[in-house]
Amino acid sequence: MRTPLFTLILLAIAAALYLAFRVIGNDYLFFLGYVVLQYVVIATAWNILGGYCGYVNFGSAGFFAIGVYSTIFFYNIGQSPEDVFPEFMLAPMAWIFPLPLPVLIVLGGVFAGLIGLGMGYLTLRLRGVFFAIATLALAVVLETFIVNWSFVGGSRGAYVIPPESVPVFGTFIQYLFVLMLLLAVASLAAARLIERSRLGIGFATIRDDELAAEASGVPTLKLKLIATVLSGALFGMAGAPFPFYIGYVEPNSAFNLSYAVNAIAMPMIGGTTSWIGPMVGALILSTLQQIVTVTISSAVNLLITGLLLIGFVILAPNGLVGLWHHWTARRSNS
Amino acid sequence: MSQIMGQPVTETFDDVAPPLLAIEQLGKRFGGFVALDTVDLSVPAGQRLGLIGPNGSGKSTLVNCISGTLQNETGSVSFGGRRVDGVPAHQRARLGLARSFQLPRPFRSMTVAENIRVPLLYTVGARHGVHLTSSELEDRCLEVLSLVALQDKAKKSPLDLTQVEMRKLELARAMAAEPKLLIADESMAGLSHSEVEDIVALLIRLNQRGITIIMIEHIMRAVMAFSQRLVVLVSGRKIADGAPDDVIKDKDVVGAYLGT
Ligand SMILES: Nc1ncnc2c1ncn2[C@@H]1O[C@H](COP(=O)(O)OP(=O)(O)OP(=O)(O)O)[C@@H](O)[C@H]1O
Ligand SMILES: [Mg+2]
Repeated sequence: MRTPLFTLILLAIAAALYLAFRVIGNDYLFFLGYVVLQYVVIATAWNILGGYCGYVNFGSAGFFAIGVYSTIFFYNIGQSPEDVFPEFMLAPMAWIFPLPLPVLIVLGGVFAGLIGLGMGYLTLRLRGVFFAIATLALAVVLETFIVNWSFVGGSRGAYVIPPESVPVFGTFIQYLFVLMLLLAVASLAAARLIERSRLGIGFATIRDDELAAEASGVPTLKLKLIATVLSGALFGMAGAPFPFYIGYVEPNSAFNLSYAVNAIAMPMIGGTTSWIGPMVGALILSTLQQIVTVTISSAVNLLITGLLLIGFVILAPNGLVGLWHHWTARRSNS
Repeated sequence: MSQIMGQPVTETFDDVAPPLLAIEQLGKRFGGFVALDTVDLSVPAGQRLGLIGPNGSGKSTLVNCISGTLQNETGSVSFGGRRVDGVPAHQRARLGLARSFQLPRPFRSMTVAENIRVPLLYTVGARHGVHLTSSELEDRCLEVLSLVALQDKAKKSPLDLTQVEMRKLELARAMAAEPKLLIADESMAGLSHSEVEDIVALLIRLNQRGITIIMIEHIMRAVMAFSQRLVVLVSGRKIADGAPDDVIKDKDVVGAYLGT
């Protein structure tokens, strides 16, 4: 199936979902749906580097937080432009600020992508465990930086006050939900396009054998940088609307361990070799987590996720998609 | 066939023409261990060169330094009149340098045919800036695989191949890059008598279409059938270089092989 058609189908599914939620008319559904979709984007983002190229990123929370704090940064500028700009610039700035949410999402993506590029240059010569440790270190460095940066709230945290309602969409959460829905559609379409392109084949050679890839003409360093930038940018875009969703952000919530763990667990449980895996993993795991949060306690979530991850790594390293292929192949053989 | 292997390079053994590959005073160490010690080697375009030497003499290390898999520490490597040391391996591949790995390194998550597609996309495609449709690519993959009689395994995983078939895949992937210089690092170990003859014949055919070939091999029957020139490496040093019949009678060479 060609990418435009595929994207159209995804958009149709998204529209149907939105309409169904509207008909039901319960805002709680939109809150739930937002989180699930956010994880679809996060899992897809992780998988571009971790699944396609085989470079395990433990620092996902850092990239997500860059998106979060980019939004806080620009929101705070919009709140008190007189603290930031000289007098004569206030009039034009009043035109620009406050920035609309779609622009903030793009900006979050740009900053996280740039940090991804920087991280790539510094760490991509490292393989395996060393790369993973370096990404973890990057997240710690970023968190320390944010904790000490008072303009974005430092360790105290920062408030973002969303508007009460939005034209067309009604409540603000519905608007947020639609934005995240579009972002999820865009990231799934991008992941699938990559997978089927020359770039995706290059990524797979990196995962399989970098020396053989180079010998076959694959510019491995350049491709790995492309992957870190794409992956980082998607993380950043997933994080950018978060302050408006949650209302109050502190470093602990933006850099939360659950992002790093889920970013790895969801693709691993769904399957890392295709765009379907991270989506399936995110849908199942985050829905499960929402249910557990409501029925038992959110504290149990990490435990359940961790146990599932261990189970899959040992018993089904190719995830649910791998199990599915295995099962359908068996059936067509017999 | 000719379209797979690209433009024929005119055969020239002329002294004035610059060699296709020129290695000067090449040195490579692993820690304190000297793997290559001031090796000089100049290969004119169109030549069939055999490279032999006992285990651990530095043959594969030399291949790695030529192809860019390893970077040499001293000396220089020039290809097509251009210094390539320091140039990343993928750029050397695009310049026309292809090598097979002694221990096969297939792309394990791909099928056999998809393995061949990689150099077609990333070396041939990048070099000529051509864009092949997926059915053209598929045809070319099968064409290349049929050179080594692997066309029936196209849809299989490389992990389902025998060791011998994996060697053939390794060689086919290098040939698919339409190189000017092809280096085959022990592609024939474990092959049957007739398979060895087939591969030697294939390499000679490729050579007649203008591809310069360096063959590393322990099977002397193959080496002698193939080589126009024979180079012997012992302990990282070149100890003999010349016509095959003369080289194998050389006292130093005989001594090195008998371990004296
Ligand atoms: N990456 C490496 N690190 C350390 N030592 C190495 C490395 N690669 C090769 N060596 C050593 O360098 C020497 C030359 O190895 P090389 O593989 O070039 O030999 P070879 O002539 O290809 O041998 P063979 O006929 O067994 O393939 C050997 O002693 C080997 O142990
Ligand atoms: Mg060797």
